[in-house]
Amino acid sequence: MEYLNIVFQEVYKILFLLIPVLVSVAMIVWLDRRVWAFVQKRQGPNVVGPFGLLQSLADALKYIFKEIIIPSSSNKVIFILAPIVTMTLALIAWAVIPFSATQVLADINVGILYLFAVSSLGVYGIIMGGWASNSKYPFLGAIRSAAQMVSYEVSIGVIIINVLLCVGSLNLNDIVIAQQNMWFVIPLFPMFVIFFISALAETNRPPFDLPEAEAELVAGYQTEYSGMMYAMFWLGEYANILLMCAMGAILFLGGWMSPIDIYPFTLVPGAIWLILKILLLFILFALVKAIVPRYRYDQLMRLGWKVFLPLSLIWVVLTASYLFYFNLLPVNQ
Amino acid sequence: MIAHAIFFYTFSIIAVVSAIMVTASKNTVHSVFFLILDFISISCLFIMIGAEFLGMIMLIVYVGAVAVLFLFVVMMLNVAQQKNQWFAGQSTSKHIPVGLIISTLIFFEIIIVIGGWKYKPEIFDINNSLANTSVSNTHSLGQILYTDYIHVFQISGMILLVAMIGAIVLTFRQRFGVKRQSYIKQISRERVEGVEVLEVQSNKGVKIDD
Repeated sequence: MEYLNIVFQEVYKILFLLIPVLVSVAMIVWLDRRVWAFVQKRQGPNVVGPFGLLQSLADALKYIFKEIIIPSSSNKVIFILAPIVTMTLALIAWAVIPFSATQVLADINVGILYLFAVSSLGVYGIIMGGWASNSKYPFLGAIRSAAQMVSYEVSIGVIIINVLLCVGSLNLNDIVIAQQNMWFVIPLFPMFVIFFISALAETNRPPFDLPEAEAELVAGYQTEYSGMMYAMFWLGEYANILLMCAMGAILFLGGWMSPIDIYPFTLVPGAIWLILKILLLFILFALVKAIVPRYRYDQLMRLGWKVFLPLSLIWVVLTASYLFYFNLLPVNQ
Repeated sequence: MIAHAIFFYTFSIIAVVSAIMVTASKNTVHSVFFLILDFISISCLFIMIGAEFLGMIMLIVYVGAVAVLFLFVVMMLNVAQQKNQWFAGQSTSKHIPVGLIISTLIFFEIIIVIGGWKYKPEIFDINNSLANTSVSNTHSLGQILYTDYIHVFQISGMILLVAMIGAIVLTFRQRFGVKRQSYIKQISRERVEGVEVLEVQSNKGVKIDD
């Protein structure tokens, strides 16, 4: 009975985390389309529900009732697994995100490594979907995205090292608490910019949405998908974008910490601050989508390997020498 | 303890079965996917014994990067169509004795290491080399690698670098007649260089270069 109690408690906690995440993914799709529309002087979805808020639910309903088409020459097992993998990976990463000093599902020692590992596994959903479709466009999209995500992960990893040098711990809560006096966005501003752009590339967002460039590849890796499976890719993609925003908020914008450490602001629960920071980053993501034209593939690779990687490596050396020279290296335990 | 055992056996059974399937599956891409499953379950086992840093690094390096490259190569070479014939083809049967000898060797090596570790622990200097267990896994690894054995670690890094450069030099071919994209040239192009307005006389036409 004791085991069952523990299991039920954990399931309860997980549901309490996952359902808000899924609902917010649906809302964020609406927000994305809305921001995109406002930049282009359109209205965007505004019919279903107040301000069109229920548009995503209506879309989801439509997807559920559509027929799922599985191409006859596809690799069926992997074809069906691919959206499941994307969705699962996008959701399990939320386990380590701290919403306040105590509100975290799994407060593990290597939280940031876990986040990084899960986000680097995200490429598999895309490769599996692209390969299993057994068709040229999805395959090209999958190959492109594999190369793109692997290259931008390298610079994200080096940027994380920059932050870790200032923190001295891999725990996400420690990273947040280390920003008590100053958010890392101030001393590490160039790294924040590079992280933001790499996150765009990592999540296949415009201007780096080459894996699904509609002018060249129809819809890239998800060309052959339809109905609920397509919707799962879509949900997974947006959950990943939210996750990258959360990662940026935790690494650079002080996570659940309130921006000003005085009385009325500290009353607001940490979760609200984290959500506001995630929203801020997401609106930036949406604005970039509306404003910047798509990159060419060789420009994308050049940016990743020849600009971001050397820059972030140099910044690691700079940060390390600065911290060492002024004896600021964090020494704990 | 029971829960621990259940998880341990689940992960190890998945690891062993997927390792067998890597060699047994007919499709090479499936083999790579089984390899990934194997890596993931091994990293779960690492995490279960408390080596969470190693487990995560295993996920990041092997699953996140190395296996992607494997998959990339396998897909690009289009070997997916070639069937992997398990102990059937004429040409493969020649390699079986060699493989068997090597695998028995590795098997005995592992037995010697594990048996020695278990029954003669004083031979292996494990207890002294491990940092104290009060600090976290990551800290003790860092202490060993970057404080106690820094020179050995740096030298191994140098060897890897040399190997990498060697591989690049060996496979590097200079190709001629390749069109290169010059980034600076493209964005610094002005309208004057690109467009020329000409008076076209009727029945004469204009000569455009080339």
